[in-house]
Formats: sequence, C-alpha cells, structure tokens
Amino acid sequence: MRQFKDSGHLFRFAFLFAVAIVVFLVVRHFVVPKSFGEYGHYRGAAITEIAARPVHFAGQSACETCHSDVAQMKTAGMHKGVHCEACHGPQARHADDPGSVQPAKLDTALLCVRCHAASAAKPKTFPQVAAEDHSGGVACETCHQPHSPAISSTQAGGAK
Amino acid sequence: MLPAAAIAWKYVLAGTPEDSPNYTKTDHWWGMLIDIPKCIGCGNCVRACQAENDVPDGYFRTWVERYLVTDWDMTNPEVISPDGGKEGFPAAKEEENGKYFFVPKMCNHCADSPCTQVCPVGATFITPDGVVLVDQTYCLGCAYCVQACPYGCRYIHPEKKVADKCTLCYHRITKGLTTACCESCPTGARQLVDLKDPKDPIHAFLKTHAVQVLKPQMATGAKAFYNGLDGSVR
Repeated sequence: MRQFKDSGHLFRFAFLFAVAIVVFLVVRHFVVPKSFGEYGHYRGAAITEIAARPVHFAGQSACETCHSDVAQMKTAGMHKGVHCEACHGPQARHADDPGSVQPAKLDTALLCVRCHAASAAKPKTFPQVAAEDHSGGVACETCHQPHSPAISSTQAGGAK
Repeated sequence: MLPAAAIAWKYVLAGTPEDSPNYTKTDHWWGMLIDIPKCIGCGNCVRACQAENDVPDGYFRTWVERYLVTDWDMTNPEVISPDGGKEGFPAAKEEENGKYFFVPKMCNHCADSPCTQVCPVGATFITPDGVVLVDQTYCLGCAYCVQACPYGCRYIHPEKKVADKCTLCYHRITKGLTTACCESCPTGARQLVDLKDPKDPIHAFLKTHAVQVLKPQMATGAKAFYNGLDGSVR
C-alpha cells in the first residue's frame, strides 16, 4: 500500500502540468496573429497587406481612357505594341490627378537609342540604327513621329 | 458594361484592395512567359520594377543578363549584367563564331519552391494563387531563403534587414493590371500568364512552342516559362 501513500505527488505534478498547458494556450492565443494558418503556415493577412501597396504604373487601359487619339495613332504604326508607360514612365499619379500632375517631357535623343541603338547582341529582326550614321545628330523626332514612327511622304523631308 | 480594366482602374484609385470583390485567389495560378528572341536588352523592365516596388539601388527583383556563347564552348558562356542591365548594355560587335542573346531573370514563383520550405518562422509562403511572397513583418532576416533559392532571386533589404523579392506585382495583378515589367516591356518579351484562365493565350503558346524553365533538374515547379532558351543558360 506504500505506493499509494505518495500518489499526492503525482496529482500535484499533473495539476502543474495542466496549469502549464493552460498558460501556454493563453499566451499562444495572444502572440500568434489572428490570421496565422488561414491559408497555410503563414499570416494570411500578409497577402492583403502586400496587395494594398501603392501602384505606380497606371496601366495601358488607364492611358487610353483619356488619350484615345494617341492610342488610335499608335495602332497604325510599328509602336502599336509598345505601352505608353514604356516610354513615358510610371504615370499613376498623373492618371489619378491629370490636372496638377503632368508627365515630364521626354528626351528622344536618350529614349529612342535605348531600344534602337545598333548592337550585334539584339535580335536581327529588330530595327536598329547607328545613330551618328543614321541622322548625323539630327533629333529623331525631326523625321519620326514617336507614336507612329514610319516616315510618311508628308512629313519632314530630307531624311532617308 | 465597363471593360474589366476600367473597373480595375476605379479600384486602383480607391486604393482599397481589401474590397477587391472580383478577385478570387483560387481562380488564378500566376506565372510568367519570357520570350528570349524578343528581348532587346533595353532594361525597361529593370527600371520599371525599381520604380514600382522601391527596390534599393544595387539590388534587383528582376535583371537582364547578356550571354555570349561561342561555338566551341557551350558550357562557359560569357555573361554580363552591368547594374542588372538597368541602363542597357554596351554595344556588341558581330561575333563570327558565337551568338548573343539576352535573358531576363526574375523570381520563378515556383510551385514547389525551395525558399518557402526553409523558412523557420513561416514568413515566406506561396499564396493560393501561386505567388511566392514575403511577410516582412514576420521575417527575421536569417537569409536561409536567400541561400535556398537556386535562381538567386532574393536579397536582404539593406535598410529593412528582411528578405525581399519579386512579388509578381501582387498589388497590381490582384487589381486586374499586369506587372510593371510587362507593362513597360516594349517588345512584349515578358507576358504575365494565368495558368488557370482557359482564355489565357499561354495555353495556345505552350502547345505550339518549345518552352523551358530554368534548372528543371531542381524540380522547383518553376512558373517562369522561357521560349527559345539556349542550353547554355544557367
């Protein structure tokens, strides 16, 4: 009967163990974020937070909402697949408030050669020019309308 | 009926993605198509990504590499990527016994990603729509994931001291916009694709083209599909 005499120790130990579990569960309830495990072993709310980051590029359809004339001109030319913001840069703030935020004027001397400067590394089918030989320092837009770059007979003469 | 993009734009202006009523995560499975023969190495994608996502200077969520493979040495291509290709590449002379091409790189948004598996705290994960993201409020900055990524697509943010990476412009694609890099690519060399959308042209493209992923031997389930990828690309 001796082993039963000390059984109180076991009960005390079991009680402490139960208290520890309760404390653990309470602490866990407060420190683990609410959405943890919503989709997997991570904080589900993080997805919403990342999706809430601000947009800088307005997107092609936003541009075309107002600038349908330019969009129309582009469809006929070689630049039809080039989105507005590929050249004009991120314009979400302009789209947001067209009155007070104006896009910067572009420098074709820098911009055109970024894509069209001749390099053997570029795909052979892509139109490329060695700028100095091609125009001799004359600005690109003297002959080429950037939104429809092919030279028509009515545009400035003198260029080949 | 308003076009979907107009609705999306209205939504962008509102700036409250929480009430994105038309977006159901489980309806999408995002990926990217990169068409190597179309890439001209202009660096627009790199600049656009930095502008859209406030990527610190000298760090890249996407970058462009230029390969020069000479006929006699396929295993040792000459690869350059000056400042990630952000300001383009130096002009190249015609190589008689070699070929040049550009390879845009980015997070492959792997379906079985090694980076999310090693995170000790559950700070990086794959969303139900197939995008690999980092919860920067939870990240410890231990950089296990940076080491685990076989594609070198992660970095530790120099100021925040936590892991940072391509989000596939999750803040844009959930609003019906395309990613900043796709938006700014002048030749259409990059295309955002939704593999769960039966109307996405990716399905027809994959059917008719020889498409590869990077390091298929790693079994990462990469979702950045490369068309016309040379065997020398690592």
